[in-house]
Amino acid sequence: METLWFCLVAFLLAGYVVLDGFDLGCGVAHLLIARTDAERQSVLRAIGPVWDGNEVWLLAAGGTLYFAFPALYAGAFSGFYLPLMIVLWLLILRGISIEFRNHIRSLVWQPLWDVVFASSSGLLAIFFGAALGNVVRGVPLDGQGEFFLPLWTDFTAGPNAGILDWYTVLVAVAALCAVTLHGALWLGLKAPGKLEARARRLASVVWWPTLATVIAITFASFHIQPHLRASFEAHPWFDVFPLIAVLGLAAVQVLNTRRRTLGAFLGSCVFLLGMLASVAAGLFPYVLPATGDPRLGLTVFNSAAPHYGLQVGLYWFIPGMLLTFGYFTYTYRSFTGKVE
Amino acid sequence: MDALTLHRLHFAFTITFHYLFPQLTMGLALLILVLKTMGLRTGNEHYHHAARFWAKIFAVNFAMGVVTGIPMEFQFGTNWSRFSKAAGGVIGQTLAMEGVFSFFLESSFLGVFLYGEKRLSPKAHWFAAFLVFLGSWLSGFFIIATDAWMQHPTGYVLGPHGEIVLSNFAALFTNPWLFWQYAHNMTGSVVTASFVMASTGAFYLLTKSHEEYGRTFVRTGVIAGVISTTLMAFPTGDGQAKNIALHQPPTLAAMEGLFHTENGAPLAILGQPDVEHQRLDNPLVLPNALSFLTYQRWHAEVRGLDAFAPERWPDNIPLLYYSYHIMIGLGTILSGVMVLGALALGLGRLYTLRPLLWLVMLMAPFPYIATTAGWITAEVGRQPWLIYGVMRTATGASARVSAGNTLFTLIGFMGIYTVLAMLFLLLIYREVEEGPEHAV
Repeated sequence: METLWFCLVAFLLAGYVVLDGFDLGCGVAHLLIARTDAERQSVLRAIGPVWDGNEVWLLAAGGTLYFAFPALYAGAFSGFYLPLMIVLWLLILRGISIEFRNHIRSLVWQPLWDVVFASSSGLLAIFFGAALGNVVRGVPLDGQGEFFLPLWTDFTAGPNAGILDWYTVLVAVAALCAVTLHGALWLGLKAPGKLEARARRLASVVWWPTLATVIAITFASFHIQPHLRASFEAHPWFDVFPLIAVLGLAAVQVLNTRRRTLGAFLGSCVFLLGMLASVAAGLFPYVLPATGDPRLGLTVFNSAAPHYGLQVGLYWFIPGMLLTFGYFTYTYRSFTGKVE
Repeated sequence: MDALTLHRLHFAFTITFHYLFPQLTMGLALLILVLKTMGLRTGNEHYHHAARFWAKIFAVNFAMGVVTGIPMEFQFGTNWSRFSKAAGGVIGQTLAMEGVFSFFLESSFLGVFLYGEKRLSPKAHWFAAFLVFLGSWLSGFFIIATDAWMQHPTGYVLGPHGEIVLSNFAALFTNPWLFWQYAHNMTGSVVTASFVMASTGAFYLLTKSHEEYGRTFVRTGVIAGVISTTLMAFPTGDGQAKNIALHQPPTLAAMEGLFHTENGAPLAILGQPDVEHQRLDNPLVLPNALSFLTYQRWHAEVRGLDAFAPERWPDNIPLLYYSYHIMIGLGTILSGVMVLGALALGLGRLYTLRPLLWLVMLMAPFPYIATTAGWITAEVGRQPWLIYGVMRTATGASARVSAGNTLFTLIGFMGIYTVLAMLFLLLIYREVEEGPEHAV
């Protein structure tokens, strides 16, 4: 039951990364490829009807994590206090920059919100990447399942590491590249004319640093988290997840150069899902490893809610998510094709 | 300030600011649905146009509600981790259900409602408005279910290490506290929306602009307002008070400033509680009225604070007393204004009686203050418990988050929210000034 809920929470988080990933990426690409006000409006229209719903996946993942793994929610959220608060501020700035931008027509109003939108999107990608890096590296959990990390210390990934050390910064850069690639591919699919061409060019350029950083974090992760190596050695079939990620990333470049924009975007989805599945499988049963004594790490089993709550949760979660698939199919279907 | 006080201020500040927006959108979703229904029934384009104008106001408020709402869910973990670890298995259920059942629904169909009118048939567009209304009212339901559990916990057992284990899922929704609190809160959101709509209409009539819409807005606002302000007092406010009398008797005594147990307790209208000397200074009271309102008997015994051990007393009695009296006082005034409006409407004078239009226009901020005071009453009244009778507030905060870090993020939120509030008022003023004719 605990493992099932671990898969469901991982599924919601993966849904968040794939869906909000592209609109964060559109934010990063915004100032890079959209030059005129009309082009910038096109970028916003390409995410307009869906970004808000995409962000709900984060809320749903948070809520589900809260009731299924309360000890993890409590420990991780209070330990990552400062970066989470900064994420909240960035989400606020990003949300209002999308909503407020088109209310007033002025030569100072739109450029201001464009810069806020682009920088908050980029910083969010960086912070989410750093968060993932922290989960893989582990945190100094005490016997109560609690910890507190400063934003940075000396940037070594040693026992006194902060949120940002060389490893988590590397993961953050990889996340920024991957999200930019994902967003550029979405714009390749949705944006018209010149903007589409520029989006596809950005995707084929940013593909290379994505590849380089992904290779780097793969090696670094095995170095920094011994449990990963142990799991992949114990379960050779786990290799299928990184393989899927590699195939997805390769398909992105092949299909993007052949102007198969939908295929390239789906390749990027597969790439992101493969990467996340590799991490989830490699860390299992840990959900938040400890940097000191490994026995202090939070696992699926020692952080889960009691059985009854998990059981009864299934009765509403499954119908609820089926309804959600219905809404998303409806909204995305009525939003096919290019924006003007 | 110590870390606990800062954690409390952090949550109090962010939730107070957040709830300024959903209290309008939930009520407004209902009023927009009323306008859409009128449009569908009469075939008059005027109502669809009016609905489009309010949809724009709704969208700005909704965005503010979303961006200030995400920090609320996060703060359970960041600032209240001991509470979350102990009770997450229970209240996480209702919070996760809010995400799955209402946020997905609301966010999906708000886009359809705002941008889909040209593509959809009038009936389908009405249905999108209905789904937005349903999503927002469901969201309120799950949040109130969460708060009701903290006010009056049900459906749990205590584990061997003091952990709180869910034992009866259905009991979360049959909680007697939930019904009246939900009814009272949602009626309150209709009060806010009614005043905002009526006040905007009065502004148009007084400035002689968009007068056709001004009349619709004043009329709709006054009719919805006279119904909702009445329901606010009876039965919902009365039901809520009886719940407090039954389940949180020290809170009732503190709200009323009743320090000593009395047969035939008076109802304090004015006065300042002096906790040091356990008396109400400068009292203006209605004799025996509190006994009657609580137990329907003029000489019933109402327990004062002296009937309870001081560690069961709410920890800020003056704040509780004032917020409760501000809520009741403003509620009475708001109800009176709406009754006057309804009388004028009945006499056919509503659109021309300028002093009344001035009064209605200037009333717009007060339902917000009354609602905020009501929530302060509920949450300060719950103290010193985080989960009433089960967990003390002092034991719920994150132990590893220091006072300095908490103050840093509190200041950060204060700065961001100040800027947000200014931008919000600017945009709303511009939308109102531009008027419904420009709503596309």
